[in-house]
Amino acid sequence: MLRLALKMLFGDRAKYGMLVCGLSFCALLMSQQTSVFCGLLLWTTATVRNIRVPIWVADSKVEQANEVVSMREIEVQRVRSVPGVQWAVPLFWGIQQARLPDGTFQAIQLTGLDGASLVGRPAIMRSGRIEDLRLPNAVIVDQVAISKFAKRGIQLKIGTVFEINDKEARVVGICETQRSFLGQPYVFTTYSRALEYAPPQRKLLSFILVQPKPEQDPAALVRRISQCSGLRAFESDTFSWGTLMWYVRNTGIPISFGTVVLLGLVVGIAIAGQTFYLFVHENMRFLAALKAMGATFQVLAQMVLLQAFTVGFIGYGIGVGIAAIFGNLVLQKGEPPFYMPWQILVFTGGVILIICSLSAAVGLVKVARTEAAMVFK
Amino acid sequence: MSTSLSAKTPQIAVRTVDLGKTFGKGEGTVHALKGVNFEALCGELLMIVGPSGCGKTTLLSVICGTLGHDTGSVTVFGQDLAQLSSGKLTAFRGKNVGFVFQQFNLIPTWNAVENVSVPLLLNGSSTADAQSASAELLHDVGIGDKLHALPTELSGGQQQRVAIARALVHKPRLLICDEPTAALDAASGRKVLELIKTRVCSPERCVIVVTHDSRIFPFADRIAEMEDGQMKAVHSAGEWKALYV
Ligand SMILES: Nc1ncnc2c1ncn2[C@@H]1O[C@H](COP(=O)(O)OP(=O)(O)O)[C@@H](O)[C@H]1O
Ligand SMILES: [Mg+2]
Repeated sequence: MLRLALKMLFGDRAKYGMLVCGLSFCALLMSQQTSVFCGLLLWTTATVRNIRVPIWVADSKVEQANEVVSMREIEVQRVRSVPGVQWAVPLFWGIQQARLPDGTFQAIQLTGLDGASLVGRPAIMRSGRIEDLRLPNAVIVDQVAISKFAKRGIQLKIGTVFEINDKEARVVGICETQRSFLGQPYVFTTYSRALEYAPPQRKLLSFILVQPKPEQDPAALVRRISQCSGLRAFESDTFSWGTLMWYVRNTGIPISFGTVVLLGLVVGIAIAGQTFYLFVHENMRFLAALKAMGATFQVLAQMVLLQAFTVGFIGYGIGVGIAAIFGNLVLQKGEPPFYMPWQILVFTGGVILIICSLSAAVGLVKVARTEAAMVFK
Repeated sequence: MSTSLSAKTPQIAVRTVDLGKTFGKGEGTVHALKGVNFEALCGELLMIVGPSGCGKTTLLSVICGTLGHDTGSVTVFGQDLAQLSSGKLTAFRGKNVGFVFQQFNLIPTWNAVENVSVPLLLNGSSTADAQSASAELLHDVGIGDKLHALPTELSGGQQQRVAIARALVHKPRLLICDEPTAALDAASGRKVLELIKTRVCSPERCVIVVTHDSRIFPFADRIAEMEDGQMKAVHSAGEWKALYV
């Protein structure tokens, strides 16, 4: 009977096509939009992922990683003196203006690493050596800088010279970074040189990067640092997460994506539910005939459920498949953001499952209400 | 014609006693059946005739258990239908009753064999068994060359043959046909009845045909006349001829 149920479904080309299209569209819209949403949120934590240290310490007013409230440099010493700290180094991080050889400006994320340890160094060097950062006026730029400069016709390579706030910067290496929310290139230099590049201010220390002692519980250390110094310390995971949530709470991003996802849901339910209702409705006299011939409600329910979940499964596959292909294409370009963790697949699958269940339920109510006697009409 | 009603008392297939059924409430109440008493016997082809709206279809629906009744009782092969739960009733019907509908009700996306195999599948046969039995029966009813044709590729007469094969494939003891020829031309209608008479009727089976197609009356063993929700009279084929022909 189940094989025949599928034949009944596939035989009705028009509705079958409609159902699969509706569900595919819905699955595509939802998985693609949530992936772009996740990708966008992921961008907001780029700095945390690029610097890679266990504990971040910032001014007590800081809520997320893209916000800098500068501290006095003496704070590094105070953090170092907290028991359980293996080491603590300063980090300068701020948006600065770079002036290119052709006279135009480009905003950059100037990242000043502790000169002795170079903690926070980029994970991947495409060319050059990180140690060359210690040479005079040396900076290391990332792949984003290369493409941004290339758009202005400037081939960035080792030896290229440009200016940051009127001071010379010479490229000694090219690295790879995770792209940030605003897409400004990372330019790495040493902490002390970063202070020279940045406009003079009373406080210039952006973050303190901390490594706990081997036997030290990081969570406990975070609490201790906050208590002892009056600063705000985060474990890097909490910092990332807090940053994500800050953007969720304080920007229109979730609402705009949520709207699209909701739209997908509504369209999916409307198309799939309605088409499936029509499908069951038009097959009513046949379902009633089956009922008269001895098909129990269970048998009919199995048939209807199988039909609903089959189109759901196919639609899901097509929709998510297209989203994945889209993702693959954009990831090669780097834009728009795209991040499809397995949770998105589960979420989309769940939503499709709900749509199919609702559609099937509507159909089943009709089946249950049918008098087998209607076949004589 | 009534040779099958021989010396040996035939078994009663269907018996109704004061069967009553009303539709709706209040002003719109329709008394479709007003105390119907009749019997149908194994081995006979009983026709139920009467004007449109007199309750023939309602009676059939109640006999086969697709419609509940309000008063009286209906017994099919000794089983009081009112005693069966709805699940048991469905199973009982699936096993013992075959249907031929006016609107053949063949499922349009299934081919002839698949349509015929449904009652067997519902009774738990494997697909292979059901399909081979169905194919055989389709050969028997004369459309062995159309096994894999969809209903839309068949003429009305051929569709009704498929429907008859479907009604018979699980060897039910009671066959119920509601206006089986109403959607067919005269020649096809005759052929369908010939088929029913020669292939379907057997000593242990009861065939009830509701019709108002007088051209097929000669095929009946007995003819029951209904009027306004009641059984007016039941005639043997001979009496009927004497009265009306
Ligand atoms: N489901 C129903 N609801 C209300 N009235 C019905 C229903 N089915 C049949 N009737 C009424 O019952 C009477 C008998 O109908 P039916 O058994 O279909 O007659 P026949 O088959 O002899 O033409 C008619 O008056 C019809 O209008
Ligand atoms: Mg009728």
